[in-house]
Amino acid sequence: MAAARTAGIAYNDAMKILVIEDDREAANYLEKAFTEAGHTAHVAGDGETGFALADSGDYDVMVVDRMMPRRDGLSVIAALRSRGNTTPVLILSALGEVDDRVTGLRAGGDDYLTKPYAFSELLARVEVLNRRASAKESETVYRVGDLELDRLSHSVRRAGREITLQPREFRLLEYLMRHAGQVVTRTMLLENVWDYHFDPQTNVIDVHVSRLRGKIEKGFDAPILHTIRGAGYMLRGD
Amino acid sequence: MALSVPAIMRTTAARLSALYLLLFALCAILLVFYMTSLSSRMLTAQTQETINDEVLGLARAYQRGGLPTLVRVVEQRSRQPGANLYLIADTNGQILTGNVRSLEPGVLETDGWTTRPFSYQRYGEGEADRQRGVASAPAATGHNAIAVVLRLPNQMIMLVGRDLGEPERFRAVVSRALMLAVGMMGLGGLLIWFFVGRAALKRIDGVSEASRRIMGGDLTGRLPVTGAGDEFDRLSENLNTMLARIAMLNEGLKQVSDNIAHDLKTPLTRLRNRAEATLAGNHKVADYRAALEGTIAESDHLIKTFNAILMISRLEAGYSSEHTTRVDLAAAVRDVVELYEPVAEEAGVALEADAGTTCMVDGNRELIGQALSNIVDNAIKYSQDATAKPAVRVALARGGGRIRLTVTDNGQGIPDATDRERATERFVRLEKSRSQPGSGLGLSLAKAVMKFHGGQLDLAPADPGLSVTMDFPDKEDRPK
Repeated sequence: MAAARTAGIAYNDAMKILVIEDDREAANYLEKAFTEAGHTAHVAGDGETGFALADSGDYDVMVVDRMMPRRDGLSVIAALRSRGNTTPVLILSALGEVDDRVTGLRAGGDDYLTKPYAFSELLARVEVLNRRASAKESETVYRVGDLELDRLSHSVRRAGREITLQPREFRLLEYLMRHAGQVVTRTMLLENVWDYHFDPQTNVIDVHVSRLRGKIEKGFDAPILHTIRGAGYMLRGD
Repeated sequence: MALSVPAIMRTTAARLSALYLLLFALCAILLVFYMTSLSSRMLTAQTQETINDEVLGLARAYQRGGLPTLVRVVEQRSRQPGANLYLIADTNGQILTGNVRSLEPGVLETDGWTTRPFSYQRYGEGEADRQRGVASAPAATGHNAIAVVLRLPNQMIMLVGRDLGEPERFRAVVSRALMLAVGMMGLGGLLIWFFVGRAALKRIDGVSEASRRIMGGDLTGRLPVTGAGDEFDRLSENLNTMLARIAMLNEGLKQVSDNIAHDLKTPLTRLRNRAEATLAGNHKVADYRAALEGTIAESDHLIKTFNAILMISRLEAGYSSEHTTRVDLAAAVRDVVELYEPVAEEAGVALEADAGTTCMVDGNRELIGQALSNIVDNAIKYSQDATAKPAVRVALARGGGRIRLTVTDNGQGIPDATDRERATERFVRLEKSRSQPGSGLGLSLAKAVMKFHGGQLDLAPADPGLSVTMDFPDKEDRPK
C-alpha cells in the first residue's frame, strides 16, 4: 500500500499523529506504517499516557483504541473534548455493531473503524479527518482541474461543458471533490454517500464509480478520477 | 430415608408442619381460654340471679309471718333435692337452722356478697368422718359456694348461697378437651408432615436428582412429570421447556462451531498453503507481490465471513438495539435498488422496484438495508441463468396487518421445498450455488434481521424463479 503511494501519488501534507493503543505490536506497526506514509506518529500505550500526551502535544489527528487498560478510549476522548481539545479523533474498536459506532461518535469521536482493518483504509480516513479541520463545507463551488461543481444550482461542468448527473452521482462526485487529492475508500463512499455501514456482498461501489467516471471523463483529454490499487479512488486534476 | 432431627428440620415440609402446629395450638389455647372465662362469668351471673330470687322469696315470707314463717320456709326449701344453701344463725354465729352443717369460719362476719367462693359442708355429708372421730374440716370436703349474708331485723344472720360444683365441672371438662385437642393437633401435624411433606420432599428429591444428572452432562435428561397437573408438574414442565430451549441453542452453537470450523478452516488452510508454496519456490518479486495480494484478499473474505457470523449470532441471541427508529421501507427499497442498479445493468439484469409512497416500520435502517441488499444481491446473481431476459423485481405491499417486501427473480429458483427451507440456514450453499461467490450467510443474516424485527423471511417458488419475502408486522394496521 505504502508502495503504491510512493510509486506515484503525491503525499498529502505531513501530519503529526497520536496513536493511543495498548497492543504494542499493533501500535508499532501503525507507527512504522504512518512514518512510511510520510507522517510523524507518536505512540501511547495506555489511556492515561495518551490523555497526557494529547493534552500537551499539538497533534493533527488522533487514533484511539477503544478498549485499553487504566483508561478506556471513550473516556479519554470525552475528557479531551471537555477541555476544549478539538483534534479530530478516529476510534479503533473490536466492537463493530451499529450501536457501538453510535456510542463512539457520541463520545466525541469523528470516525470509527472496526478491527481488523486494512491500513490503507485507516490512512485514507485519517487524512480525510486532518483535512476536515479546514473543510470546504462553506464553499459553494468546488473546482478540481477543469471540473467544476456548483452545490447550489446542482450543476456540473467540465471544461465549460455541462454534464448531467443523477442525484446520487452528484452526491458521489461532490464527496470526491470535497476530498480531492485524497484517497477515498469504497467503505467511505458507502458510508458518506449512501449512509450504509455494511459490506455489500458484491462491490457495488466500483460500478457506481466507473459509471460516474464515464460521464466526467468520456470525451475529455485527461483522466481525473483515479483508481488507487488496494485502497480506493482519488479525484485529482493536474 | 434415615434423617436426623436437624436434617428433618432443614426440610421445608417439616418446618412448615411445625409452624402450622404451633399456630394451631396457640389459637386453640386462646379460644378455649376465652370460652371458659366467658362461660364461667355467665354461670356466676346466673348463680347470683338465682340467689337474688331466693332472697326476694324469703323476704316476702318474713314480711308475711315474721321469723317463724321464715324458718319454716327455709326448712321446707332445705329439704328439697338439689336445694340451694340456707342458713340462719344467731348473733354469735351459732347455726340455728338450714341445710349447712358447717362452713369456713369468718364467712358470716361480713354482710352482703361473699368476696370469693368459700367451702362448706351440708348435712348428710361427712357423717362417716365424724363417726370415725375425724375432726370435721370443712375445707377438706371440696364443696365450694358463693352466697349472700343478710342481717335480719332481730340481728340474727341469714345466709343464702349456691354450690359452685357445676361451673367447676364445666371448667374441668373444657380443660380436658383442650389437652385432647392439642394432642390431636400434634398427631395431625406429624401425619401431615409424614404424608404430605414427605411426598413433596420425595418429588423435590426427584427433581434434584434429575437436575444433578443433567448437570453431570446428560443434556437429554428431563425432570419427572407425574401427570397430576399440580404445581410440581408445572414446575417440571417449565424447566423441561427451558432445558429443551437450552439444548436447542446448544445444538445451534455446536452446529455453528462445526460450520465455522469448516468454513473458516478451509480458507485458512488455503491461505497457509499459498504462503508455504510461495516460500518454497524460487520466485520473482512480482510473484511474491501477487501471493501477498492474494493473501490479503483471502483474509478480507475471512473477516467478512466472521463479521457476518458474529452479527447473526448477536441478532439470534436476542440482541436489543436502542437505535430502533421509524424506518421508511419504501425509502429502503429505493436506496438499495439505486445501489444495485448499475451492478444489475452491467450483469444484463432488469432491476425494477414498485415501492410506492412511504411505509413506516419500527426498525433499524442499517439492518434492513443490509438484509435487503443481500437478497437483491442473490436475486441478481441467480436470475442470470434465466431462460428469458433476466429480471429482478422488488415490490412492497401492505395489508392484513403485515408489510411484505418481496424480491422476485426469474432464474431457476429452488424447486425443492426442503432446499428452500435449508437455504436460510447458516453456511448452507445449495449445490448449484457453490460456483457463485459468497459466504453462504446472506440469507441467514436476512432471516436473523427479520427475526429481530418480529417478522419472518419466506421463500416461495415464483414460477420461474424464486421470491423472497421480508414479512414485517404492521403496527399501524393491527387486525381488530
